[in-house]
Amino acid sequence: MITEKTITDLIYREADLLDTMQWQAWLDLFHPEARYWMPLEWQQQDPVLQPSLMYEDLLLLKVRVERLTGERTFSQKPKSRCHHLLQAPQIVACDTAAGVFKARTSYIYTETRGDMLERYSGWASHDFVEVGDALKIKLKRVDLVNFDAPFGNIQLFM
Amino acid sequence: MREARDAMTKYGRKAHAITALVREAEVHRDVYVDPEIFELEMEHLFPNSWVYVGHASQLSKPGDFITANIGRQPVLASRHTDGSIHVFYNRCPHKGVKIASEPCGNTGKFFRCPYHAWSFKTDGSLLAIPLKKGYEGTGFGDTQANGGLSKVKNVVIYRDFIFARLNDNGVSFEDYFGESLSTIDNMADRSPEGKLAVMATPIRYMHTCNWKMLVENQTDTCHPMVAHESSAGTAVKVWKREQGDSTETPMAVQLYGPFMSPYEFYEQSGIRIWPNGHGHTGVANSIHSNYSDVTGYLDQMVAAYGETRAHEILGEVRHNTVYFPNIMVKGAVQILRNFIPIAVDKTLVESWVYRLVGAPDKLYERALMYNRFINAPTSIVGHDDMEMYERAQEGLKSNGNQWVNLRRLYESNEEQDVTAVINGTSERQMRNQFHAWAKFMTMDMDKHAEAAE
Repeated sequence: MITEKTITDLIYREADLLDTMQWQAWLDLFHPEARYWMPLEWQQQDPVLQPSLMYEDLLLLKVRVERLTGERTFSQKPKSRCHHLLQAPQIVACDTAAGVFKARTSYIYTETRGDMLERYSGWASHDFVEVGDALKIKLKRVDLVNFDAPFGNIQLFM
Repeated sequence: MREARDAMTKYGRKAHAITALVREAEVHRDVYVDPEIFELEMEHLFPNSWVYVGHASQLSKPGDFITANIGRQPVLASRHTDGSIHVFYNRCPHKGVKIASEPCGNTGKFFRCPYHAWSFKTDGSLLAIPLKKGYEGTGFGDTQANGGLSKVKNVVIYRDFIFARLNDNGVSFEDYFGESLSTIDNMADRSPEGKLAVMATPIRYMHTCNWKMLVENQTDTCHPMVAHESSAGTAVKVWKREQGDSTETPMAVQLYGPFMSPYEFYEQSGIRIWPNGHGHTGVANSIHSNYSDVTGYLDQMVAAYGETRAHEILGEVRHNTVYFPNIMVKGAVQILRNFIPIAVDKTLVESWVYRLVGAPDKLYERALMYNRFINAPTSIVGHDDMEMYERAQEGLKSNGNQWVNLRRLYESNEEQDVTAVINGTSERQMRNQFHAWAKFMTMDMDKHAEAAE
């Protein structure tokens, strides 16, 4: 039985897997048809014909994860680390009959590498789909509060 | 004052000291790391050059405006009521307040300074000042302020690309760009209507390195298979493992894959150089040659241009075209990257995508995808490149060797300011850029005054 707590637990678990760099376990949270989306516009509707920072399927997420540990990935020498500070997720939908599960979570995200530390704020929106008895991420949408600012490298995942 | 300042500086208005930084196939590291050189670039190089301001499609209606920087100087371009486009220095003639602070917008019938409500027509002329009688008999009529917004006089709009040269005197637009404009032509011709349109904001990416490192990298064909092994190489490897029975290569893998082409590919594809520091990679073919056809597009092009011309346009798949000093154009995927200098070790890169007017959505989708794969702060290819620039910016502080080596395929009798097609792994385009750099840095310096010192 999927409850609101199932959703919030999963969102906390996702952040924890990212913070502890358990990349494969993180990828396993996604549905095979899932997308990870970082829009570049305010309240953006279209990920395909409007520009985005990221709009990636599982294949591309696997490439990113595999790249992070590559012997010749020089931008990961030294390695980046990250920290997610989440507000309690707001349940947008938890409807087992309709199969609709959505939440929105306000966050502060920190990414560090060597002596550098960068901090970002925004909202993560999750759409889940029920697979067996569990939920899988169908869409993770990351809206930065300052999506239009020029950033340096963002190498990990918000 | 200025003479006193110059006397104390290493390079200030010392044309000989500046040109000595560029040898036949080496450049001194000061061109990348010395703040004084950066100041001189802002004072001389950028105002002497034709610099990209924006695209006319961003100014479709009267009152539309965009803001930009030429070097570090803020400018403003507007569409006037009669349809003409004007470029101004973006400051109120009164106290210097920026007239427009947003990247783009519509100002209506006039610009109004938010500080004291001086207003200006969209051709820049002074419209009104509150309490105007306070200026009667003060000699205001003889001041520069009475002329309204200071205008950039040298502006050329070429196939909707707006370029400006700040200095009144210098090389004409036609002489400055010459045949290099063929890349812009090809990009626009790829629309069945011969028109491009900016539909959205650019991807912005801050780099902690000198702007010239980014420009040089555009025609550096010996780095992709090395620096991008981690990104493009991994993409190819993961796809091979995961593809299963799939016969169709995803658009993403088609875009990443060619970065891993071997040296021999880049050697044969060639580089073309033009006078004044312009040049492009991908003469015979390029990493953009083998993308899947988009249904219906060729038919549209044939209908618009005829069989022969349509194939000619689409057969030209240049890789990166550098327009000296600081933009790169990629016709085959409709991208323009603007390398905006902020400080000697800080560069803002704005990567724009143009829509081919009248062409299928799929081409715009591909261009947007390419842009976020390669040119975004979240781009793994971008991460590879930025790491190299930052390490160079650090490494060049070393005094062990003060020269950067640009000698690959150098020939002792190399002519300057010529058009030539050469081996695609040559560093000649970088040499070409630095020859232009020394020329446009010093062309407005008073060489007689220097000789008298």
